Amino acid sequence: MNLSRKWLNEFVTIDIPDREFAEAMTLSGSKVEGTTDLGAEISNIVVGKILSMERHPDSDHMWVCRLDVGRGEPLQIVTGAWNIHVGDLVPVALHNSTLPGGKRIERGKLRGVLSDGMMCGLDELGLDQRDFPYAVITAAAILGDYHPIDPAKPSIPADIQPGDKVYGPVVCAGVGAVTSAGAGRWACGLMWKEGEEPVGTTVETECQNLHSMDLVAFNTKTRTICTLADLRAEQREFPHCIPDGIFVLHEDCKPGDDIKPVIGLDDHVVEFEITPNRPDCLSVIGLAREAAATFDKPLALHTPEVKGGADGVLTDLLDVETPDADLVPRYTARMVRNVKIAPSPKWMRERLRAMGVRPINNIVDITNYVMLEYGQPMHAFDYRYVNGGKIIVRRAAEGEKLTTLDGKEHTLSANHLVIADEGRAVGLAGIMGGLNSEIVADTADVVFESACFDGTCIRKGALALGMRTEASAKFEKGLDPMNTLPAVNRACELVELLGAGEVVDGCIDILNFVLRPVELPVEPDKINGLLGTDVSREEMLSILKKLGFLVEEEPDVVTVPSWRGDVRRMADLAEEVARFHGYNNIPNTLMRGQTTQGGWSPTQKVENRLGEVCRACGYSEIITYSFISPAAYDKILWKPDDFHRKSFKILNPLGEDTSIMRTSTLPSMLEVLGRNWNNRNRSAWLYELGRIYMPKTPSEPMDANDPALAGSKAKLEGMGLAGLTEAVVDAVNDMGKDDGLAMEAQILTLGAYGDGMDFFTLKGAVEAVLKAIRAKDVRFEPCAEDPSYHPGRCAYVYSGSDIVGVFGQIHPQAAANFGVDGELYCAELSFDELMMACGPDPEYAPLPKFPAVTRDIAVVCDEAVSVGALEAAIRRGARGLLKEVSLFDIYRGKNLGEGKKSVAFSLVLRADDRSLTGEEADEDVKSILETLEKDCGAVLR
Amino acid sequence: MKEQLAKIRAEALAAFDSVKDAAALDELRVKYLGKKGELTAVLKQMGRLSAEERPAMGQLANEVRAAVEGALETASHKLEEAALELKLKAETVDVTIPGKSVRLGRRHPMNAALEEIKEIFIGMGFTVLDGPEIELAELNFDRLNAEEGHPSRDWSDTFYFDTDERVMLRSQTSPMQVRAMDSMPLPIRIIAPGRVYRKDEVDATHSPMFHQVEGMVIDKNVTMADLKGTLNLLAEQLFGAGTVTRFRPHHFPFTEPSCEMDVQCHKCGGAGCPTCKGEGWIELLGAGMIHPHVLEMAGIDPDEWSGWAFGMGLERTAMRRFKIADLRLIFENDVRFLEQF
Repeated sequence: MNLSRKWLNEFVTIDIPDREFAEAMTLSGSKVEGTTDLGAEISNIVVGKILSMERHPDSDHMWVCRLDVGRGEPLQIVTGAWNIHVGDLVPVALHNSTLPGGKRIERGKLRGVLSDGMMCGLDELGLDQRDFPYAVITAAAILGDYHPIDPAKPSIPADIQPGDKVYGPVVCAGVGAVTSAGAGRWACGLMWKEGEEPVGTTVETECQNLHSMDLVAFNTKTRTICTLADLRAEQREFPHCIPDGIFVLHEDCKPGDDIKPVIGLDDHVVEFEITPNRPDCLSVIGLAREAAATFDKPLALHTPEVKGGADGVLTDLLDVETPDADLVPRYTARMVRNVKIAPSPKWMRERLRAMGVRPINNIVDITNYVMLEYGQPMHAFDYRYVNGGKIIVRRAAEGEKLTTLDGKEHTLSANHLVIADEGRAVGLAGIMGGLNSEIVADTADVVFESACFDGTCIRKGALALGMRTEASAKFEKGLDPMNTLPAVNRACELVELLGAGEVVDGCIDILNFVLRPVELPVEPDKINGLLGTDVSREEMLSILKKLGFLVEEEPDVVTVPSWRGDVRRMADLAEEVARFHGYNNIPNTLMRGQTTQGGWSPTQKVENRLGEVCRACGYSEIITYSFISPAAYDKILWKPDDFHRKSFKILNPLGEDTSIMRTSTLPSMLEVLGRNWNNRNRSAWLYELGRIYMPKTPSEPMDANDPALAGSKAKLEGMGLAGLTEAVVDAVNDMGKDDGLAMEAQILTLGAYGDGMDFFTLKGAVEAVLKAIRAKDVRFEPCAEDPSYHPGRCAYVYSGSDIVGVFGQIHPQAAANFGVDGELYCAELSFDELMMACGPDPEYAPLPKFPAVTRDIAVVCDEAVSVGALEAAIRRGARGLLKEVSLFDIYRGKNLGEGKKSVAFSLVLRADDRSLTGEEADEDVKSILETLEKDCGAVLR
Repeated sequence: MKEQLAKIRAEALAAFDSVKDAAALDELRVKYLGKKGELTAVLKQMGRLSAEERPAMGQLANEVRAAVEGALETASHKLEEAALELKLKAETVDVTIPGKSVRLGRRHPMNAALEEIKEIFIGMGFTVLDGPEIELAELNFDRLNAEEGHPSRDWSDTFYFDTDERVMLRSQTSPMQVRAMDSMPLPIRIIAPGRVYRKDEVDATHSPMFHQVEGMVIDKNVTMADLKGTLNLLAEQLFGAGTVTRFRPHHFPFTEPSCEMDVQCHKCGGAGCPTCKGEGWIELLGAGMIHPHVLEMAGIDPDEWSGWAFGMGLERTAMRRFKIADLRLIFENDVRFLEQF
């Protein structure tokens, strides 16, 4: 919402700089987005009066002018414009002046003649003809400016003389005296010969480029001076006879006046961000009320007065029906007859312009003016197109067509509200008028509509047609139905003020609502209790009064004004009090009352721990989008019928790429790895603890207090994991609840390439993660069936009998699908399984008192026997003294034979109660070797 | 004999003092202190002395031996020290050679900022809540006073999963207020960080997915002054002591009175600069007193209980905290970006 400060000052006088104004308004709740000084870019431009004009000695189209600019000696300025005459008032950019767009004007020479500044055209001042309709320039075809397209075949001879025939009734005439005949018109003396007889006449013309000595084409039949169009000439044939030139002022001003107030650029515009609960502030009056309260200044509102008296009785001329009463709380209309369509006056055009609205004509401008001033959208339509003099506000018929003022044809549905006569729609209610009833130059009778429509209906209608207009944006917020009558009266008052027509007495006013003013008790204690303040009852009432609340002492209530639909209860009054008492005058206190325990939940503690260990292992955290493309599942090589593909699908996504909720984090990780790879980053080790979103499978709810769970609950509590049972039961119940929501599970995803990354480096990190949460019974099994991974370099991670996750090298085809031709490694670990795998808090075990014996063994076995199997056999074979097993070498060589390998382990043996003898250790090792041979066919090398 | 001993003593001390290496030292040891050494030779002559002379001479001989042995000890020490010094010198390294690299993982800047916020509120007795991102429109909108027809419910603003507009991607973390009111005993102090979704095209300041943190307190006699005090504390913890804030009236359907909190621009100190778009202030969060109707819908009596709530965008906070210019960097996850934090 833009606000002209000049317009504002009509209601409340506030005379402080923009910045202070903006700050104070922002702090009282009307957020200022910015302020603009309309004339900020213009400096040193004044009104000048042309004293004399002489042709440039060295140019066929330039003039050397002398101007009175109100200071000392007249200025000499050279111009190429032909639309000026001696006596004209024009804008003059003096030496060292600036124009909109940052253009600077300095003294200079034009073809050797000093020019001490510049006379300005409309566009050079940032204006156009709609701002100053009288500044339209009509150019006559000046025969001296004729440049034939084909020099060999001129249409007009170069030596044409007054009296020579141009064509038909058109002859060449010489211009004598040119004198002003009022705004934009000129009396022009012409001379030519008929035969040998000199003939002369004086004609009135709107052509502005005529000067004594010019030769023009004169139509003796119509008695007009020909324009280019009359001669059917092209612009290039008369290059200097253009409808552009200097802006000749017809304003009340004198030489030397600053140009800004003359052309209305002495205003300042403040841009507000108005919150949707305050549609009343989308108006000059609404903001004036806020400003008056903010600065504690009197608000001078004005009651429109309409003289009326036009011919006819309104009820005979116009009838209104509102069959869909619920969508039309109020419909108010008045009529104006004998309308004279013309440009609106300068003050009105300036104000519209300052508020960002283009002037069109007096009637349309009045509707816009009232909309800005009162916040009430208005519509004017041509009465002659309301067949039968009957207006029906109804739902559109399914498929009904209407072309709106912007020339677009719309096919409507029953969700749209239209203004119609008995036969057809003439406007889209609350959105835009119809082209078929538009105000045009010969409009004689006008209907002003000032209505209140249902906000939701207008919003949906506008949205469906993709045409949110200023009017619909206001209606959708819900307007004050009490505003329609003052607004329509203001429009009629302006019609009379502008002399734009005659207002018919009376008014059509259909009320489909019952006004129920909201009365609220005044409760200073409660308001202070909510705010934590000590504002007096008097201050509260004074604030509310300024905002238009009706304050009564007996009974002790305030009545909420009709335009404040947002105020319904004590808390709303508290906000009004707080706004004007000042939010920043409310004290700052810290919370009192009962203390709460707070802190991390068991889940959050594990989340934190996992993040720490991943970072300690060298992996950096990433954050990826939760939505992916359906094609992402193809890229990670999932089969077309893989049930994991069943995803939550967004019905209105931004694009296909972000249209489904992921059921795997792998595509997100691979995309990030691919991006880093393509950005030529040599290595990337990354992790994300992110969610997947799976459709739920309904099941019977579990109860955490079920006796059946008591055993495991006690066990978990014994392990220092109280609360875990409840967390798990909640998760299971959430999964089984058929509420249409997703099962949102967290996945710890690791992804990496480069800097020595390989299967075992990644496995080290996976092991570290499990170690960090003290997972028990961790083991790894080959996984050849996950399609996203290399079938020979992929493993399941188990904790006990549960699969915690999967990791390994990404299938080269999948990597290629993400633009990577190297090895990528990823791990996907289920957060819920990690939670379940968490071991108890550590308990100190005494350090060994007796020395250990270390024995290294190397065994030869078949290639197919895994290290894991050998290690398991070693543990099985030991007789209770084995404390540690560690692999230290794998060797393959011809001496071992084809398909064989030698695997070397270091064994640490120790007894807790004595120093071991060599013999005791040897016995254990012997048993281990026997088991290795028996179970794995591995023999000591 | 006396003269002999004195001579041995003088010669030996001089010899030990100037010894150069371990072999020479050993030679000297044998020469003076060995079984066939000079001192032994002199002592062998003791038998020839008279009984009166013997004790005095014996004492002198012992003194000379002790002195020679001491000299040996000192010389030996000196040699060891010199050898060690030589060894250490030989072991000198070039300390400017880079250290063995340790891969250090980094926290994502958004989560780093979130972490700070969590710590601050946990310190004040808050519980951190987590909730679903695929949410019921009832909780995201209706229960927060944004009824049917509220513009934020438009399909142009919010992502939906069904044509009935029942299930959606939460557009704010505020439904966690409702979930907390429905499930927790009073009084409540929670924060709820998480992902939220709005239909905004990606650009330097917009993303269809971003993060917010919601905070809520419900208790008896909770006031707007408490809200201000707590949020000022947050601002000071995040941006340093003495951080200047201001509160502006604003509008949210589920709070009344509502406000936005601005932090004075750290770049210009409030004078106005490009960072704060000339305003001197940077918007940090929205907040307010929980709307009595929202409490009523959760079965909480607004005459007995009151509360405040706030919601802040985390990306914007992280961007301000770390001076990140473009939101897209947050979700691109380029390691050259990630490794700066």
